[in-house]
Amino acid sequence: MTIRKITHAGRSTRAVLAAVAAGSMLAACSGAGGSSSGGGGESINVLMVGNPQMEDIAKLTKDTFTKDTGIKVNFTILPENELRDKVTQDIATQAGQYDVATIGAYEVPIWHKNDWLHELSSYAGKDSAFDEADLLKPMVQSLSGDDGKLYALPFYGESSMLMYNKEVMAEKGITVPEKPTWQQVADIAAKVDGARPGMKGICLRGLAGWGELGAPLTTVVNTFGGTWFTKDWKAQVNSAEFKKATNFYVDLVRKHGEVGAPQAGFTECLNALSQGKVAMWYDATSAAGSLEDPKSSKIAGKVGYAYAPVDKTDSSGWLWTWAWAMPKTTKKADAASKFMLWASGKDYEKLVGEKLGWSRVPAGKRASTYELPEYQKAASAFGDITLKSIEQANPTDPGVQPRPTVGVQFVAVPEFQDLGTKVTQEISAAIAGKTSVDKALDKGQKLAEETAKTYQ
Amino acid sequence: MTTLIPAPKAVRAHPPHQPGRRETVHKWRRRFPLLPALIFTVVVTQLPFVATLIISTLQWNILKPGERHFTGLSNYAFVFTDERLRTAVLNTIVLTASVVSISMVLGLGLALLLDRRFPGRGLARTLLITPFLVMPVAAALLWKHAIYNPDYGLLNGTLNALYRLFGAENGPTIDWVSNSAMPAVVVALVWQWTPFMMLILLAGLQAQPGDVLEAARVDGASAMATFRFITLPHLRQYIELGVLLGTIYVVQTFDAVFTITQGGPGSQTTNLPYEIYLTMFRKYEYGEAAAAGVVVVIGSIVVATFALRTIASLFREEVSR
Repeated sequence: MTIRKITHAGRSTRAVLAAVAAGSMLAACSGAGGSSSGGGGESINVLMVGNPQMEDIAKLTKDTFTKDTGIKVNFTILPENELRDKVTQDIATQAGQYDVATIGAYEVPIWHKNDWLHELSSYAGKDSAFDEADLLKPMVQSLSGDDGKLYALPFYGESSMLMYNKEVMAEKGITVPEKPTWQQVADIAAKVDGARPGMKGICLRGLAGWGELGAPLTTVVNTFGGTWFTKDWKAQVNSAEFKKATNFYVDLVRKHGEVGAPQAGFTECLNALSQGKVAMWYDATSAAGSLEDPKSSKIAGKVGYAYAPVDKTDSSGWLWTWAWAMPKTTKKADAASKFMLWASGKDYEKLVGEKLGWSRVPAGKRASTYELPEYQKAASAFGDITLKSIEQANPTDPGVQPRPTVGVQFVAVPEFQDLGTKVTQEISAAIAGKTSVDKALDKGQKLAEETAKTYQ
Repeated sequence: MTTLIPAPKAVRAHPPHQPGRRETVHKWRRRFPLLPALIFTVVVTQLPFVATLIISTLQWNILKPGERHFTGLSNYAFVFTDERLRTAVLNTIVLTASVVSISMVLGLGLALLLDRRFPGRGLARTLLITPFLVMPVAAALLWKHAIYNPDYGLLNGTLNALYRLFGAENGPTIDWVSNSAMPAVVVALVWQWTPFMMLILLAGLQAQPGDVLEAARVDGASAMATFRFITLPHLRQYIELGVLLGTIYVVQTFDAVFTITQGGPGSQTTNLPYEIYLTMFRKYEYGEAAAAGVVVVIGSIVVATFALRTIASLFREEVSR
């Protein structure tokens, strides 16, 4: 097993000469092929995102999976953005370098439509130990094609929730409701702002990017009654509801949000809450593991959790999953499917729990995870709320009106990465005070109309 | 004798042919061993550019397989009419011009100081060169986190310390990157590029003939006049070289923009390389990205030529005065 870590070095050359790199794409088309120099046994190439759960599986594979099956696994681990670049190009050009790749809930429907992915239901159905019925319903929905078959197997899943510093709330005599509304959250943020020297009320992402600011903002838009597009592809970015939601979000961050908000993403907010710079944070449920780790968090054991704040809808959490997919170009479908079924299976979760600790289990995809007594103990503060948030998330109907695509915090069309990035750039500028929300959304509307043209 | 006579005749009879051919053969015999290297160079430098030119005429989004087709010059039309790209061009010009000019002026000052003899000059020179040796990504990260960060950055830290010194409880918390994004990027780049300018100008200063300076001193010229009428004209070539190389490299700036501001807020610091990156890796529009890439190459040449000419004419005026 070899782990090839590719760092940020070389990014500048690649990006600056992006156009030239396009030329090298032609060379890539000839197909590099995976090296299969395993000693007799088969070997597969796996490309995955560099999150802690993936680092864990890279460590555990050799002594368990490879030992049992004789299949050697070559892992390539990349940061999220680089992973998207590489996996998209590899699959789009049919280079066929990888037998398995981690992709997210956003990619699955698009790539399935492009006929790039192998269906996995037949493999999952044959394997009785895998127990497909145990997978959480929203996960199955996000990873299925329109033919009802699975096109990726979830590795772990997440929704979003409100996390807060219990000590600060207690000092101020505030009880955070279990299911708060956004107005309540804004009121609390105003009260706890400055509770300690330099402490702000709430951390909300302000960093441009469809997967950064775009994710929490879209959940707010959903619950305020807005949407990016109507069911028949009418752009709604400067509609009254979208505007109201964005104004609310931007006002809240500008008034009571973290310092340096236009540059703050998931990591910055995680630091801000765990280092006591803010009193609340609305973000991914998967952040809880880090917040409860005494090594990195000053508030471990003192974190309170509440459901994603709402306005017009009953729930408003997002839905995300990193999942294993098999490109159609693979020549080792059997070996690859064995690996995916093992990695997404119940036994793998138990293996992680026993070997590395129960808080590191790749959770959020199976109902049975939350019935394990060991996991229940390790995740007592947030396990229940995470599971319910995921179960409540409805990727096909997350707002108050029908949608043209599947997805809570994104629109599952290829153009959305670009659209979401550009619109959030403008909104990030509004958070920085460099433009108004109205202007930002009017610009966004134009871009969204451009995108909608293809589908009307 | 007899053998010698026809030879010049023959030469005279076919003046362009005989020796030319022989010379050509000779030349090629000498060139031949170099050919593989030449071909290799052409293949690795020119073919990608040709490929880029070809791709720039295609409508090609890799997320939409089966829709790739020839589209003529419409990608270029898009590049020139797109509002975002126009902003990016403008930002690139502002960024490049300010970084090159500021670092040139600072570099000149430092070079003049380093040209004098003083104890510890070697150490000072090494320390001043260091910023140029730091990797661009590392430098950008350093500026973003260690210096600009509103929470724990050096700038706000120093401000707070100063405020506390005068009795205030806490200084202001200024979000440098969001408040003044372009200056933040420019300052970080100037920090990196000043040593480069300094090095080139220092080489120029040290190549200055000592007798001319001595003659000027003997004639009673002031230090300012010596600098203006002797040193500066002498440095002209070096300044030109610095501006040219600096422009070519700073136009391609990616790391600082990507790391410090992500092109924001809005698109206030989105320069062409970053916009191309977004086109390539967020939009996956290879044709547009290639067209924009070609425009950047042409733009770099134009900017460099323009800068060179301006400076050349400035000096001509200076000399004629």
